[in-house]
Amino acid sequence: MGSPRPRRGRSRWLEALACAGALLLLGAGPRSGYETMTPQLRAMQDDDLSNPGMLAVAEGEALFAREGCAGCHTAEAMRGVAARYPALDRASQAPIDLSGRIAQCREKRQQRPPLPREGPAMLALTAFVAHQSRGLPLQPDPRLAEARRQGEALFRERRGQLNLSCAQCHDDNAGRRLAGSLIPEGHPNGYPLYRLEWQALGSLQRRLRNCLVGVRSEPFPPGAPDYVALEAYLVARARGLLVETPAIRP
Amino acid sequence: MRAFLLGALLLGGAAAAQPMVAGDAIPGSLTGAPGDAARGRAIVLDRQRGLCLLCHAGPFPEERFQGDLAPSLAGAGARLSEGQLRLRMVDGRRLNPDTIMPAYFSTEGLRHVGRAWQDRRLLTAEEIEDVVAFLATLRD
Ligand code: HEC
Ligand code: HEC
Ligand code: HEC
Repeated sequence: MGSPRPRRGRSRWLEALACAGALLLLGAGPRSGYETMTPQLRAMQDDDLSNPGMLAVAEGEALFAREGCAGCHTAEAMRGVAARYPALDRASQAPIDLSGRIAQCREKRQQRPPLPREGPAMLALTAFVAHQSRGLPLQPDPRLAEARRQGEALFRERRGQLNLSCAQCHDDNAGRRLAGSLIPEGHPNGYPLYRLEWQALGSLQRRLRNCLVGVRSEPFPPGAPDYVALEAYLVARARGLLVETPAIRP
Repeated sequence: MRAFLLGALLLGGAAAAQPMVAGDAIPGSLTGAPGDAARGRAIVLDRQRGLCLLCHAGPFPEERFQGDLAPSLAGAGARLSEGQLRLRMVDGRRLNPDTIMPAYFSTEGLRHVGRAWQDRRLLTAEEIEDVVAFLATLRD
């Protein structure tokens, strides 16, 4: 009879502990690549006039009107979309990323020829749509549990001649230096982004390909579902980080 | 042509032989001959071949970008014998299965290797010996 009392006391204790744990976790929560950039690069990203990615956003805005997207969508309705991608495509019941969705609209709803995935037009449209979510927190699509699981397995799998997993660099050694490069936590919240090394805007898949080739492994073929699965995991791992598109990275 | 093929076979055969591991070391040279420390130094500093400075720093003040994922190579030759250095280079997984240091003379267990690198070891037996000879000179 008397026993529930102390137990409730104990569970409140545990609850408090759990809260403290959650706070601790928050304190050690995901850090955007932005945080570890030099002040100069951060300033470049912050100032729309000096951020070269904004040229692509402007180009994307023009394409959005010129290519007929505006016939069905408003720019305002695009706010928040990128923050919850990749998403589940209802028709195929498969995960789809933002560029994949735009390609679907163009090819299936407009019956127009495909745009090359990494070409300037698709990058600009994706940057424009994603830019509408700048400042909003990433909210992983709860329906993508299976893809996230696959993505996490890919993230933890050692690969390539150097036999390294993504996790060995981005979880275990983030903040350390790989020769001259600071290893970031590897978050997807700025894409498409302007990378100084590329001297161009590029997609998340291009970035992932760089890392895959960096460990001398065979990159997945362009557009492969493995990239979307990885992205689904990366987004869950980065939950709560703010969309930065178009970000700058070194 | 025939001599060339024979040469290739012999080389392949020599490279395929399993180095003899004794405890935490491979006491014998992989080629049967001592390496060349000057060539070893060039390999260690070469960011395409040795890749060592991706992870390690070392007593190379002229090199601007050195990693900090691993202990400095300074003094490696004082801490470890040539045989220990050799096993560390050939396949450090024998000492620490979770090591991030690549196995420079083993393709065992590698997955999804890029086409250009398939079935290729990071360094040849001669190159391993050159690197070991160089590391052995790093005494402080
Ligand atoms: C003929 C009308 C039509 C046109 C033209 C069109 N779309 Fe769509 N779009 C849709 C519909 C319908 C959906 C909803 C699809 C779904 O949820 O399955 C959609 C969905 C989207 C989404 C995802 C929205 C979300 O909330 O998940 C994006 C982004 C998008 N379209 C971008 C574009 C772009 C960019 C273009 C121009 C290249 C374009 N669309 C052209 C009809 C259109
Ligand atoms: C050998 C270490 C290493 C491995 C392994 C590695 N990366 Fe990276 N990754 C880096 C470095 C270094 C950078 C930053 C490059 C720069 O700043 O020049 C980076 C950048 C990234 C970024 C961009 C982050 C941003 O802020 O824009 C993402 C995303 C990423 N990696 C994901 C991955 C994934 C997924 C894998 C596995 C397929 C992987 N990486 C494997 C070292 C690694
Ligand atoms: C991807 C990162 C990485 C690369 C590349 C790398 N190493 Fe290492 N190395 C390590 C780590 C980490 C250790 C620490 C021991 C361990 O974790 O296995 C280590 C340990 C060593 C040791 C033993 C150090 C000691 O004092 O005990 C030597 C010697 C060494 N490495 C030499 C080299 C040489 C020479 C190269 C280039 C041919 C090289 N490493 C490339 C990561 C690396």
